[in-house]
Amino acid sequence: MTLLSVKDMKANIDQYAVLHGISFDVPEGGVFVLLGRNGAGKTTTLRAIMGLWQPSAGSVTFQGQVIAGMGTADIARKGIAYVPENMGIFGGLTVEENLILATAKGKFDKQRLQRIYDLFPAIEKFWTKQAWSLSGGQKQMLAVARAIIEPRALILVDEPTKGLAPSIVAAMGEAFREIAQTTTILLVEQNFNFARSLGRDMAVIDDGRVVHSGSMVDFAADKALQGQLLGLSA
Amino acid sequence: MNKLTDTLGRFGGVNLLPVALAAIAFVLIGAPSSWVTLTIAGLSMGMMVFLMASGLSLVFGLMDVMNFGHSAFISFGAFVAASVLAALGGWLDSDSILLACAALALALIAAIAFGLAAGLFFETVIIRPVYRDHLRQILITMGALIVSEQIILAVWGGTPVTVPRPSFLDGAWIIGDVSIEKYRIFAFGIGAVVFAGLLALLNRTRVGLLIRAGVENREMVESLGFKINRLFIGVFMLGSALAALGGAMWAGYETLITPALGGEMMIVVFIVVIIGGLGSIEGTLLGAIIVGLTANYIGYLAPKLALASNMLLMMAILMWRPSGLRPAVK
Repeated sequence: MTLLSVKDMKANIDQYAVLHGISFDVPEGGVFVLLGRNGAGKTTTLRAIMGLWQPSAGSVTFQGQVIAGMGTADIARKGIAYVPENMGIFGGLTVEENLILATAKGKFDKQRLQRIYDLFPAIEKFWTKQAWSLSGGQKQMLAVARAIIEPRALILVDEPTKGLAPSIVAAMGEAFREIAQTTTILLVEQNFNFARSLGRDMAVIDDGRVVHSGSMVDFAADKALQGQLLGLSA
Repeated sequence: MNKLTDTLGRFGGVNLLPVALAAIAFVLIGAPSSWVTLTIAGLSMGMMVFLMASGLSLVFGLMDVMNFGHSAFISFGAFVAASVLAALGGWLDSDSILLACAALALALIAAIAFGLAAGLFFETVIIRPVYRDHLRQILITMGALIVSEQIILAVWGGTPVTVPRPSFLDGAWIIGDVSIEKYRIFAFGIGAVVFAGLLALLNRTRVGLLIRAGVENREMVESLGFKINRLFIGVFMLGSALAALGGAMWAGYETLITPALGGEMMIVVFIVVIIGGLGSIEGTLLGAIIVGLTANYIGYLAPKLALASNMLLMMAILMWRPSGLRPAVK
């Protein structure tokens, strides 16, 4: 069953056309990966879905309801969480405050909080610390924890491994695998090995268009196609 | 410079600057009684400027709006309070302290209420169409300021307006050689109460948490499901009300006001917001106290430098800390 459907979505940043008609369907459950070179339009696609940049044309449907044109807050309330490339944590707030802000009623669900502690022990350890004092990996964990502190149907995650140490990347991978059992993840990633280890379905974006989509297993097996679309050496 | 910053940090950081300033002034002034009088005057001036500046700082930090019309709220607050006090002159002149207190409270409440209403109008009609466009913000808020000043001229006239003051706030307490004006203590008290209230709002409520988060990253606040525009209106109204309260307090301090009052205070307000750090209430208080103390000490020690002292102070602080003393984390 399709959870999110993007059809012929176009978007401009100032006078520049960045997306020239993106189309893909994210099925419910698992991790859907958007791949592509730098500047291909992956981040713009996530931001346009989230309503942070309004699409100039096309449609975005979530759980059968059109969300293109809605405000970001309304889209978030539909059950979509967003983890931006810069993590978007509030540095002047403590870890606890960052998380409580993301709860619907200003209270923690103890079970969900325990799940977060289990996934990211650093969250519990640095609970009262101001977020700016965390390391890059801990900030990324906080950003992801904030996205799952409430039940969500879909999480948009933009390059979560960027600049992280290999051990942290591995831990993030484990966390995403666990999260994907209950929540659909739309992952933008340049680290192909990381994306391959998580993704069930995928699409490749180039120059603001989807140039390939299918199953990750098939794409991972086709070295020539990876070289052609992502510039990866065979 | 980093070494100086680290050393300062170990002993309380920039929060100790007013103490250091007062200590230096104590040595230079020589006469303890004059120093006490000047210090109290500086603290009370700082608190009144804090009232005017705190809203502007939050609006700057949260909404990224350069509101040059902020001084209109200061002027209107002063004139509205003056009108209420004049209308309740009988209460002020009576022997009952209760009646005088009631008149003063009503004047301040009227100024705050006017600030809230004017803030709502300003945000929805003037500011909202020019979000994210600084040039237009400057132009339209300057235009609104000019219109506001003309409205004040039309309603209250161009001649200075006398602001009646409750008799229990007139005069001074004399302790030894030290003279302490009662109104200054009152102004300091009001400023301290507002500061404590703002701190409680920002640090102990969900709305405050949202404001602090919004100052850092508006997009992320929206991505968490909060409609930032509602927060903008609330913060703008709060800022306008605080400016109006500051104007009303300043009017009571000066006791003679003109329509140019807001414009004259605006330079000081901007200096305070800039050196304190945008979006930070603690920084605004720190900046206001430093500006108040500096203005009074320099006015006594080198009167010819008094006008330039705040500008020099701002330049010195920005060379040391380009983002201000205690900016909200960005």
